[in-house]
Amino acid sequence: MRAVEVVRPGPLTTLQDAGRVGVAALGVPRAGALDPEAHRLANRLVGNAPEAAVLEATLGGVALRALEPLLAAVVGAPAPVRVDGRAAAWGAPVRVPAGAVLAVGAPTGGLRCYLAVAGGFTVPPVLGSRSTDLLAGLGPPRLAVGQLLPVGLPTGPPCWIDPLPLPAPPGELLLRLDLGPRADWFVPTAPRTLDRGRWTVSPASNRVGLRLLGPAFERLPDRGELPSEGMVLGAVQVPPDGQPVVFLADHPTTGGYPVLGVVPAADLTAAAQAAPGTPVRFTRSNR
Amino acid sequence: MSVRIMAAGRSALLLEVDSDAEVASLHQELVERQAAGLLGGVAEIVPAARTVLLDGLDRPELVADQFEGWSPGVGAVPEGPVVTVPTSYDGEDLAEVAELWGVSAAEAVRIHTGCEYRVAFCGFAPGFAYLTGLPEQYAVPRRSTPRTRVPAGSVGLAGGYTGVYPSASPGGWQLIGRTGLPVWDLARDPAALLLPGTRVRFAATA
Repeated sequence: MRAVEVVRPGPLTTLQDAGRVGVAALGVPRAGALDPEAHRLANRLVGNAPEAAVLEATLGGVALRALEPLLAAVVGAPAPVRVDGRAAAWGAPVRVPAGAVLAVGAPTGGLRCYLAVAGGFTVPPVLGSRSTDLLAGLGPPRLAVGQLLPVGLPTGPPCWIDPLPLPAPPGELLLRLDLGPRADWFVPTAPRTLDRGRWTVSPASNRVGLRLLGPAFERLPDRGELPSEGMVLGAVQVPPDGQPVVFLADHPTTGGYPVLGVVPAADLTAAAQAAPGTPVRFTRSNR
Repeated sequence: MSVRIMAAGRSALLLEVDSDAEVASLHQELVERQAAGLLGGVAEIVPAARTVLLDGLDRPELVADQFEGWSPGVGAVPEGPVVTVPTSYDGEDLAEVAELWGVSAAEAVRIHTGCEYRVAFCGFAPGFAYLTGLPEQYAVPRRSTPRTRVPAGSVGLAGGYTGVYPSASPGGWQLIGRTGLPVWDLARDPAALLLPGTRVRFAATA
């Protein structure tokens, strides 16, 4: 078995791929890489199919020992990359000799680093995906010291390019919002709050949702309770305290709080990299 | 009344009707139209209490146009298979539920085993089915303080629903009993035993 050994798991590192499709009606969340662009790019750099499983290292900090020569790439949040202590490229394929340790440091901006190896991580899929879902308890557990991760055979040529320019950390997260399906559950001033409000990313944010702190959205008093209904990726759910939560990949399939609007998937890549304290604004989109 | 159609972002529609029975009818219609290729690409069809969500639609406008003015029929839904859930009625909240119902614990068990249930939808956790069928007067509130851990197999009540916890999790339902029947098993396909449309009965074990 081709494999790598986990030397340091980092604060929160999980396996992620494109997630679970077609099982929401069973109550199974989608999961999958929170930053799908970085997931695809990491795979492209090492010659994998776009949906191959990679490591999503929240706050970086992951280190792996290659048990045989390996090709790897780190993208997403910019972070120092080292092979046996020597500086290596971020955003380009990196050769890791047998026995060497590939280490990703703490990100210098953003939150989540994506580490792909040629051949992909081939842990057994669960319900069609290799993604870890900590809330639902599906897929491989989070990484632990000494764990061996199986690696597949390389499937395509790597992409030998000059290292990518480092993305600047977002000074502000600007999220477009398509109102609905439950915008009519809120007081008439809610759209004004939306246009003028300024929020920050709460430290309580996780893979389930980007929790925002700032002006509260007030519900109409006569609406009562919303019967549970299906939830989509990017839904801005408003619990009774009025502080919005933007649903990310591990969001529950149904929920009982009204959804004011939905953030288009394209804007969630930036949301996945927004560290706690990042200022957030909404803009109502005119499709 | 005809179905209400709401956009949920750019590639999803939330269709809303007025009752569980109408959701069942709408869900059936959607599954049939999907099988007939009339909905275009659709990733998920997610029934819930009063709605069905269609997510990952290629052409939401095509589906919205089709359902404009559509009204659910009631009673035309095919009967699903019946699953019997053997249950020990020794839950921590059984006495409280019986008190809320104004009956003895033994009578509460008779009421609960005397109904036929139907899986209205799944949510909350993988394989967690919301069962309808308990008459309205037996609706109970959730516990004011949820438990941090409810064991797998716990049979609970909340609102008008009955449910079986598929795996251990935090939970706020009133626990009336437990079953050894595995309602969630990844070695099985589908992993969930209680799929939308499945009919369910509970049987008291000693």
